[in-house]
Amino acid sequence: MTATDPGVHPAPARIVNDFSIQVATVNGSGSQTANLVLLRSIFQMGIPVSGKNMFPSNIAGLPTWYTVRANKHGYIARRKEIDFLVAMNPETAKEDVLALEPGTAVLYDEPLRLNALRSDLVFYPVPFDKIVATVCTDAKLRRLVKNMIYDGVLSRLLGIEMPEMEKALRKQFGKKAKAAELNLGALHAGSAHAEANLEKRDPYWVERLDKTAGKVLIEGNAAAALGCMMAGVTVVAWYPITPSSSLPETLISYMRKYRMDKTSGKATFAIVQAEDEIAALGMVVGAGWAGARAMTSTSGPGISLMSEFAGLAYYAELPGVVFDIQRVGPSTGLPTRTAQGDILKTATLSHGDTRHILLMPSSVEECYTMAMDAFDLAERFQSLVFVMSDLDLGMNTWMSDPFEYPEKALDRGKVLDAAALQRLGGEWGRYKDVDGDGIPYRTVPGSGMPPYFTRGSGHNERGQYSERPDDYQNNVDRLARKFATAKRYVPQPVVDDSGADIGLIAFGTSHWAIEESRDQLSREAGVATSYLRVRAYPFPDEIEAFIARHKRVYVVEQNRDAQLRALLKMDMPVEYVGRLRSVLHYNGLPIDARSITDDILVQEGLKTALPRRAQIAEGVAVGGE
Amino acid sequence: MPDVKTNRIGIELQPYRGGKTTLCAGCGHNAISERIVEAFFEMGVDPTQVLKLSGIGCSSKTPAYFLGAAHGFNSVHGRMPSVATGALLANKTMIAIGVSGDGDTGAIGIGQFVHLMRRNVPMIYIIEDNGCYGLTKGQFSPTADVGSKLKNGVVNDLPPIDTCALAIELGASFVARSFSGDKKQLSAILKASLSHRGTCMIDVISPCVTFNDHEGSTKSYAYAKDHDEPLDEVSFVPYFEDISIDYEPGTTTEVRMHDGSHLYLKKVAEDYDPTDKLSAIRMLHETSRRGEFATGIIYIEPDKDDFTTMLNIVDAPLATLPLEAVRPGQEVLDEIMESLR
Repeated sequence: MTATDPGVHPAPARIVNDFSIQVATVNGSGSQTANLVLLRSIFQMGIPVSGKNMFPSNIAGLPTWYTVRANKHGYIARRKEIDFLVAMNPETAKEDVLALEPGTAVLYDEPLRLNALRSDLVFYPVPFDKIVATVCTDAKLRRLVKNMIYDGVLSRLLGIEMPEMEKALRKQFGKKAKAAELNLGALHAGSAHAEANLEKRDPYWVERLDKTAGKVLIEGNAAAALGCMMAGVTVVAWYPITPSSSLPETLISYMRKYRMDKTSGKATFAIVQAEDEIAALGMVVGAGWAGARAMTSTSGPGISLMSEFAGLAYYAELPGVVFDIQRVGPSTGLPTRTAQGDILKTATLSHGDTRHILLMPSSVEECYTMAMDAFDLAERFQSLVFVMSDLDLGMNTWMSDPFEYPEKALDRGKVLDAAALQRLGGEWGRYKDVDGDGIPYRTVPGSGMPPYFTRGSGHNERGQYSERPDDYQNNVDRLARKFATAKRYVPQPVVDDSGADIGLIAFGTSHWAIEESRDQLSREAGVATSYLRVRAYPFPDEIEAFIARHKRVYVVEQNRDAQLRALLKMDMPVEYVGRLRSVLHYNGLPIDARSITDDILVQEGLKTALPRRAQIAEGVAVGGE
Repeated sequence: MPDVKTNRIGIELQPYRGGKTTLCAGCGHNAISERIVEAFFEMGVDPTQVLKLSGIGCSSKTPAYFLGAAHGFNSVHGRMPSVATGALLANKTMIAIGVSGDGDTGAIGIGQFVHLMRRNVPMIYIIEDNGCYGLTKGQFSPTADVGSKLKNGVVNDLPPIDTCALAIELGASFVARSFSGDKKQLSAILKASLSHRGTCMIDVISPCVTFNDHEGSTKSYAYAKDHDEPLDEVSFVPYFEDISIDYEPGTTTEVRMHDGSHLYLKKVAEDYDPTDKLSAIRMLHETSRRGEFATGIIYIEPDKDDFTTMLNIVDAPLATLPLEAVRPGQEVLDEIMESLR
């Protein structure tokens, strides 16, 4: 149904609001602005969209791909297939074009002569340099303005309304009026060129819908920063690392604008760029000890460095919030690609017996709400709380309903005051379990309440140094009790139990591909599934119950070693362990529905497996022992 | 002054004392703990408003032996500076004293030490310096002198790190060196440090009686007594005492402290200016070349902004700000949401 022969021009069947565009550019060329204008203008027309940036660990000059997916059904996971390629990068153009499925549309820079490579694609040549010369007299700026031309061409070819593009462009440039005017010229020139020279031969169209009314577009890191501000964070220590940096940087800009004391003009916060991640967590732990709501944000290498302090915080029972915007590891790994590869390490971070509370947001809205949950839980449980976001969520732009204003007061946990001391009969022990929930009372320095000596060495329930076997064991048993109590306090799993034999378990950004995959499984193969989305560790009881209700449970995650499944195995009764299977995706790109669907069908015996080499090329590995 | 019942704020000596020491009998660190008790008591610092912190090692155990009424934090090896920084950001109204050792500071913790000095975090940072690792039985630390000998005959052939020179270079605003055996000088330095707002880095030579007090060691009691070169006679007059000191012009440097106290440094040996960085660093190099170690207040910059001032933090402790001060209103969220549409 697509025009496979450029010589023949049949009117193609229309495919409306269901396609993805990939833009291949060079990083540092200003293409991100053009890509966000494209994303935003489709969004403004009411069509659900997602934008995924695949960028290099580099400042300028290396290949970058940006994918915009428009989908009337609201599927916003990454889609493997490309329907429309915008080829701006001479370095990758040939390879990009050769990899396309027949029928794909290709908008390209004319001198690249990509149309000579294949005859089964729809080619749209555009002389970018010629056009840009007519709208931009300053030769130095042309490189940056050039990209806006493809937005203009796409507007014409796909039917994106020009006023929406103009609006998106003006929003993107904000107060930079001169730059906006220059880019508007390029946008119009692109559109005019397409109108005069290009005949529509692909089937893809954008048509106005009403599915984004009232929604916002935001990156997960910005949403998390907003949540931290609303949670009343006062001390922030951080060390720059991709893909985490934009979280504290956005937080700094919010705090400077909205958290200065109105009468004194002074800051109601302290934000410090630390000398490394070790010091960043040290400052958080020190601030938490002294009674502040403190946080840091990092990624895998930072998590590794933080392990010693994480153990101290666990054992000495000190609050703090750590965001882990996961990227591909181990070691430096792929700093600009996404993964869910820190779950297992972080759950038990540090030497000795340690367990940490993890929260697992899957949406920008949850980045916001879980930031607030994290501070409450950290103070309630006097422990670190790790918010396990990832690069896909943190750095990409997502649609969301607007965030709600928090109505709940802050939970500052069991901090001893005069009334509490009286309730305890005047008897206080720093690590004494007086309520049977494993959570002791703490005192804050300077509050006038009894002091204690905080230490990472062995201590008894009064906080005194002790090497006694019973003191050590009683204390760590209480810590385990406290951790079990947390099951009831953490965000509970989201369950859609259809009564099927097959259950799916996933967390974080895998959610979006799972939603789409479940529809594919049901529509294409008649396979019904139930679905549980894990939102926190320790695992609430419902997770075990869900596994108990299903014959086979596929644990879908974005790492090689089935880390969530490993954690589940540690906690589940042995009779359920055999039910757990894996669907794994770990090539650095966000997981997509097709990979999940195909993998499950193979494991269900409903489809033949691809040869191993092809599986790797597809970024899929079949799970199992 | 143990015969005095209460100090100037009406508190007895007892809350300034700590638990019984578990260090070796004769350890220099115990003498330093005693001086800390004295200084805080005599200056009338409310012990419940003190944070005492440390890293790991013999020296880092000592916060348990002084100021029992204060909250204490024995953190991880070499990382006390970050914990102290965080705690002071949470509550800048507290007085903080950190105790570290020469290994805790000069080896594993050198990175955090460097950045603490650079930030001029308002705290007293004491290095109890014995040139060796006591708790792991006597290995050399980075402050051991070239040629210094271990009990088993091993000779150190790496140059020492001069923590005072480093601290001055990095931005600490009060840098001193003393000897655990010099009660008078150490007391005066500690009291002066309580009047300073900024990082007070005090390196105290504190012999390890068990592993580093023998012939051939340059950190033994005997060696320290012979080679200690007091730079000046330190006289400290706190703001609450009405005493004036007369001195001959040119013999004494008078420094007005942050809280209105006065410090008089009467030159004894070296002719140098303790308010001039270059002069102080040159003096350290010259004395060390002679095999001496200069003690006293080596460098002081009383008016330099401390870290919490640089960060422009509100006057009240961040830790206890009420909800309305830390959670912006609905209109702020609405404004941000509108900007994202």
